[in-house]
Amino acid sequence: MAQGVFAITEQRDGELRKVSFETVSEGRRVADGLGTELTAVLLGSGVDGLAEELKKYGPDKILVADDAGLAEYTTDAYSNVLAELIQSSDPAVIIMGASAQGKDLAGRLAAKLDAGVAMDCVKVQLENGNLTYTRPMFGGKINADVEIEGAPQIVAIRPNVMDITEAAKNSAIEKPAVQLGEVKTAIVEKKMETDDKVELTEADIIVSGGRGTGGDYAGIEALADALGAAVGASRSAVDEGWRPHSDQVGQTGKTVSPTLYVACGISGAIQHLAGMSTSKYIVAINKDEEAPIFSKADFGIVGDLFELVPAITEEVKKVKE
Amino acid sequence: MDIVVLVKQVPDTESLVQVADDGVSIKKQDIKWIMNPYDELAVEAALQIKEAQGGTVTILSLGPEKAIETIRTALAMGADQGVHINDPAAEGSDSLATAKLLAAALKDIPYELIIAGHRAVDEDNYQVASAVAELLGIPQVSMVNKVELTDGKITCHRTIEGGTVVVEASLPALFTTQRGLNEPRYASLPGIMKAKKKPVDVKTVADLGVDAALVGAANRKVKIKSLRLPPERQTVKMIEGEAASDKATALVKILHEETKII
Ligand SMILES: Cc1cc2nc3c(=O)[nH]c(=O)nc-3n(C[C@H](O)[C@H](O)[C@H](O)COP(=O)(O)OP(=O)(O)OC[C@H]3O[C@@H](n4cnc5c(N)ncnc54)[C@H](O)[C@@H]3O)c2cc1C
Repeated sequence: MAQGVFAITEQRDGELRKVSFETVSEGRRVADGLGTELTAVLLGSGVDGLAEELKKYGPDKILVADDAGLAEYTTDAYSNVLAELIQSSDPAVIIMGASAQGKDLAGRLAAKLDAGVAMDCVKVQLENGNLTYTRPMFGGKINADVEIEGAPQIVAIRPNVMDITEAAKNSAIEKPAVQLGEVKTAIVEKKMETDDKVELTEADIIVSGGRGTGGDYAGIEALADALGAAVGASRSAVDEGWRPHSDQVGQTGKTVSPTLYVACGISGAIQHLAGMSTSKYIVAINKDEEAPIFSKADFGIVGDLFELVPAITEEVKKVKE
Repeated sequence: MDIVVLVKQVPDTESLVQVADDGVSIKKQDIKWIMNPYDELAVEAALQIKEAQGGTVTILSLGPEKAIETIRTALAMGADQGVHINDPAAEGSDSLATAKLLAAALKDIPYELIIAGHRAVDEDNYQVASAVAELLGIPQVSMVNKVELTDGKITCHRTIEGGTVVVEASLPALFTTQRGLNEPRYASLPGIMKAKKKPVDVKTVADLGVDAALVGAANRKVKIKSLRLPPERQTVKMIEGEAASDKATALVKILHEETKII
């Protein structure tokens, strides 16, 4: 019978991505609850150092698939290698991130393994040995509790939601032989934005600007800098050409879940809320006291963002000193 | 080039979504139905490729009777023909079962390229397209905001956290759309008239040769136990003050002392 928990980690350019620590930490909790072993799975090329780093989060075992062909994520190679590792270990539960990689991989693995997937989960609960996964649907208008029949159960967790818990262990590292299988895609180029930019889906704080900015993001960027935050935008701001598509938060943009989301000059349309409603704290700054965003916020200030945002930036700097 | 676009009818994003009395489905009566916004990008991408190099665009959709409206919308935009998997036995299928039905239908439709939305904005599952690609044994590239086709190959700009990767795949292949790829056209009035006469093949689960025990609500691997409204936030705390600086001070004090974020 299938048993054990797999936590699939992610690395890019020699660094583990934050969601990896979330999958391993959540995996640890689930494995402890089920009274079973946790295996962290790492794919990449020359990633021994990263495997060492994973020990901090307490997996019993770390499976490392190390191959030059796994340096960059490709659907084919990663899904082939993972399917083989899964078939030979037969885990009951597989936890991955609902990241760009996880969203690409989940359906492919599901079809290979004939397994069910609970996508973009914000909560995993264990009751009488049964796992229930909570996942927002319809742009967060509804939360569904789902169970998965059969094994393995694949669960993709929303980045930035699950707690990261350090619980160091002297995990056994295993390096099985790797078969890449048939690979029909090739990465020909990678274009990354500047290194110091904080990625929206991983950011702890996001300062977001909408049509109310009139396209002037200087104040928003200064506040984001002061807070070490990422900058987001509404679709209107993207449609105006003020911000790139990659900054868009919402139902047809990114789903974000930071500790703090500051919405400046954003009215709070249902499609925008779809992308940020699971943020821990929401602050709304809007000159219209009737703006719908206030009904979804924890803290609100009515006023002109061009006065408020610089004033908040000054205060933040003072507090941080 | 023969292109198939996977299309789904979903509730309008403005719709109020309410849990039905059974607690595991939504009330469908008052909902306005639209084409999944990411699928609009997929239809547009297919039409642009067809306009540049000829070929056919086939719309493939799984859905109840009324899903024909969405297929007709795609035909009115300019697609050539439709295939509608319409069978009560398929209703409520989960992502993998949906993919099995679509893949089965694709055995009878010629294609070199399949385009789909990277997710449907109803159940937000992000899986159907990649499961279809796996079942057909073809490569996939997800969340694509730019695409080029050159002799037997497709080059896709795939959006990832913090950037883009350019991925090359051999054809036949499948890619899923991301916003930024294009601006979908509206159906023109002549387009709408023409769409009424375009052929739409209706298929049942049996027609596709798929085992009925694998599909439908009763055979979901991912079982919905309950649907509920997300937890409400506490009532907003409005921060008052004379000058902007007073309000700023009060807010930062809360963020620093109460929530300990700063
Ligand atoms: C299918 C579909 C998908 C969509 N997907 C998304 C999505 O993913 N993300 C998204 O964001 N939207 C999305 N939308 C669009 C959405 O419906 C709204 O149109 C959009 O979110 C509005 O953006 P906004 O709040 O910036 O602009 P507006 O609604 O115009 O609001 C601007 C706000 O700024 C305030 N303001 C103006 N000046 C100032 C000032 N000086 N100081 C303070 N406040 C000021 C105004 O009071 C107003 O509340 C989608 C729509 C559809 C139909």
